[in-house]
Amino acid sequence: MSRTSLFLPLGLFLLMAFMLWRGFALNDPHELPSALLNQPLPDFQKTRLADGAPVARQDLLGTPFLLNVWATWCPTCKAEHAELNRIAARYAVPLVGVNYKDDGPAARAWLARYGDPYRLSVVDEDGSLGIELGVYGAPETFIVDGDGIIRYKRVGAVDRRVWEEEIRPVLQNLGLPLEEPPA
Amino acid sequence: MKRVILRALLGAVLLALSTASFAAIDTYAFETAAEEARYKALIDELRCPKCLNTNLSGSDSPISADLRRTVATMVQAGKGDEEIREYLLARYGDFILYRPRVMPATYVLWFGPALLFLLALAFMARLVLRQRRAEAPAPLSPEEQAALARLSQAVGENSKA
Repeated sequence: MSRTSLFLPLGLFLLMAFMLWRGFALNDPHELPSALLNQPLPDFQKTRLADGAPVARQDLLGTPFLLNVWATWCPTCKAEHAELNRIAARYAVPLVGVNYKDDGPAARAWLARYGDPYRLSVVDEDGSLGIELGVYGAPETFIVDGDGIIRYKRVGAVDRRVWEEEIRPVLQNLGLPLEEPPA
Repeated sequence: MKRVILRALLGAVLLALSTASFAAIDTYAFETAAEEARYKALIDELRCPKCLNTNLSGSDSPISADLRRTVATMVQAGKGDEEIREYLLARYGDFILYRPRVMPATYVLWFGPALLFLLALAFMARLVLRQRRAEAPAPLSPEEQAALARLSQAVGENSKA
């Protein structure tokens, strides 16, 4: 055995250590890379939560907006709700809700009780729009641009940090005026 | 006493095994047995997006139930396996496939084992060849043979004396 080949085990060990280090530094394994990024928002024909009026994909387009998948059975949705209310009150970005696999009356009562940040909520009772959107865990939040292309996806709660560091810059890039209103 | 312990152990093992994967109890009516077989094969090889390591057939989560329904509906509508996989892939990404596609990011996964096997073969071949060479030493050169003859003659004379 030549002298250099004595270093083989050390090399293997370093390689393994490096790969494990990289592997464990990966983000939350629950977080799936979204397949829908830069894809068009899927087409749908649904109804509005407030009054049952029909609503389709075309009705939402025009300006960039936030699409937020929520449900009354989802505790994290409740946790992020205050932040959504704050965003809706302070910034000029429309929020559209997708009431995902929920009970209509319960959802309306929930919005009446905790406040309604949404321009409208789309009723997705059977979860079919959820499947089209690749939803696997509410809450999920998408940024859709004026042409109906999905520009961002977040699985999990939107909080102050996510808004400031992730969502707001994307919206500003899309040309939404999001100055801080005078306090 | 021993028997009781054995039985308890056996019971525990059986219990542990029983939780494995009988979550999917929803039934769909298929026109042919072939369609049903395709449905079962698909939900076995597609992965539940909410869970880290469970297939659609083994998961109790609502999203898996929805996706099973989606797969069933598509199979009933006569869609091909590849079409169904593509449909879910476009929405949930590669995570949904337990059998990853062959692409640059998965080359290591697909070809790594074969490569390692070939490497091991090459290594073994080298070892064996080296050993063979050690067992069968090279034939002596004429000078060496002459030296050997001299030496053995000298040894012979010594032993006679």
